[in-house]
Amino acid sequence: MFNTEKIISDFPILQRKVNGGKRLVYLDSAATSQKPLSVIKAMDDYYRLYNANVHRGVYSLGYEATEAYELSRKKVAKFINAQTENIIFTRNASEAINLVASSWGRANFRSGDEILLTPMEHHSNLIPWQLIAQQTGAKLKFIPLIEPGILDIEQLPQLISEKTKFVSVVHSSNTLGTINPIEKIISHAHAYGAKILIDASQSVPHFSVDVQKLDCDFLVFSGHKMCAPTGIGCLFGKTELLDAMPPYMGGGEMISEVQLEFSSYREIPWKFEAGTPNISAAIGLGVAVDYLSSLGMYNIRQHEIELTNYALSVLQEVDEIEMYGPTENRGGVISFNIGDAHAHDVSTILDEDGICVRAGHNCTQPLVRWLGVPAVARASFYVYNTKEDVDALAASLKKVQEVFSFAAAK
Amino acid sequence: MKLNELYQTIILEHYKEPHNVGELLNADIESRGYNESCGDDVRLFVKLDDEKKIDEIRFKGKGCAISQSSTSMMTDAIKGKTIDEALLFVDSFKSMLKGEKQFSDEGDYEELSSLKGVLEFPVRVKCATLSWNTVRNGLLQFKSKENETTKVATTIHDEE
Repeated sequence: MFNTEKIISDFPILQRKVNGGKRLVYLDSAATSQKPLSVIKAMDDYYRLYNANVHRGVYSLGYEATEAYELSRKKVAKFINAQTENIIFTRNASEAINLVASSWGRANFRSGDEILLTPMEHHSNLIPWQLIAQQTGAKLKFIPLIEPGILDIEQLPQLISEKTKFVSVVHSSNTLGTINPIEKIISHAHAYGAKILIDASQSVPHFSVDVQKLDCDFLVFSGHKMCAPTGIGCLFGKTELLDAMPPYMGGGEMISEVQLEFSSYREIPWKFEAGTPNISAAIGLGVAVDYLSSLGMYNIRQHEIELTNYALSVLQEVDEIEMYGPTENRGGVISFNIGDAHAHDVSTILDEDGICVRAGHNCTQPLVRWLGVPAVARASFYVYNTKEDVDALAASLKKVQEVFSFAAAK
Repeated sequence: MKLNELYQTIILEHYKEPHNVGELLNADIESRGYNESCGDDVRLFVKLDDEKKIDEIRFKGKGCAISQSSTSMMTDAIKGKTIDEALLFVDSFKSMLKGEKQFSDEGDYEELSSLKGVLEFPVRVKCATLSWNTVRNGLLQFKSKENETTKVATTIHDEE
């Protein structure tokens, strides 16, 4: 069913060698995924064959570019079961969250209102809310964490009330792998009339997400974590909310009529797309969606479950390893530490074997603080990873122990 | 092999048992350095004697083997120096870590030369320089306020 050999051959970068002829073992897809040739070629074709601005030129090149750009929007909409006009192209998930926090927040937050978040948010789903809270006098509240890194959902009735105006929660944690019970959180939020945003940066690339079934008000994700280029991301928003929100940025493309003193704006989604967008990246995202769809999101999820379970059992055998996060219902992300070795040293030693892992706080400082460690190393999996990659990781981790020779020190 | 040069025994010894760890309650200079990309966090405490020489220096912090050992060795090396001597020494060693100056292994540099392996790992140079920038910042701040009696407390976000 899942032909990883064929998949690997789709990604030019996976054919290269690193550090003196070593096979590239790329285990940092939670930071950014690699790109298949079809995506790279689609972007190349745009620049070679029909580069023109969108929604402006009446000549055929401009028409072709606009068609391709808008076709990508249709593909993305279908991918998450949304209507096309509810998909706004942004630079990335961070920009999409900033858009909502700033535009919806400024129009709706009053002093004393509450914004409910979690301590496992990526900084991109924390700082925008801190900023808008400071500006409006709204207060931040957090759903507490319990071992082994899951949300204490039992606390929801005490945390959500009429004061709660907005809830913003990550679907799948980029550090713990935890997949949160967002269906429950969404229904709790709606019971009190609060709006809810789902940070789907680590879920949309890895399993099927249906915004209508979820009934979330907003949902965001980045293209570059799902085989698309950097510089393109998406905001999904419900029509009545987007219609009522003031523009986030002003400029070309987002306007209808412009006078010197005032202007009227275009309908959604273009109302929120000021200036020339990242056209080639948007086209690349559409082709990335085609690529993932051709593999099948169900198959991708099964592949990652299998690989993650295999990794959890193989890495468990590594001496002095500490792994974080739940053992069940998790995404393909494993954060860990080895004895007293700092994650940065672990990463440097693995790199010598051609293995790429993230080291540090993964843009989740409060969460790493909760774990009680200065930093973590993180391996994350995607469609092109194999059990051989996991074995290579486990073998290289033994070198970490050799370098730091804990046994001798004790 | 590059890794063996990076993780020399002396570096790992300093990492496991760093020198001059702790706080100084009556420090004249407190300086904190923070490296956002990896979360390394070092706090330095400096006590000067009557001749404005570094009488005591301690540090607290968490970080990788490179940053911890570099800090430990730095505290050993600058103890007893005047502020100006220490500043010159810091600048000189930073130049070596950036590859702008040949590594010396003489005198105060003897142990520090073990950090030479970092040059092969450009992304790790920041780890080695964090505490040097931090102490430099604290000493410079102190110098600029020398006529005042209050103690100096500063923070840097390391970008080098």
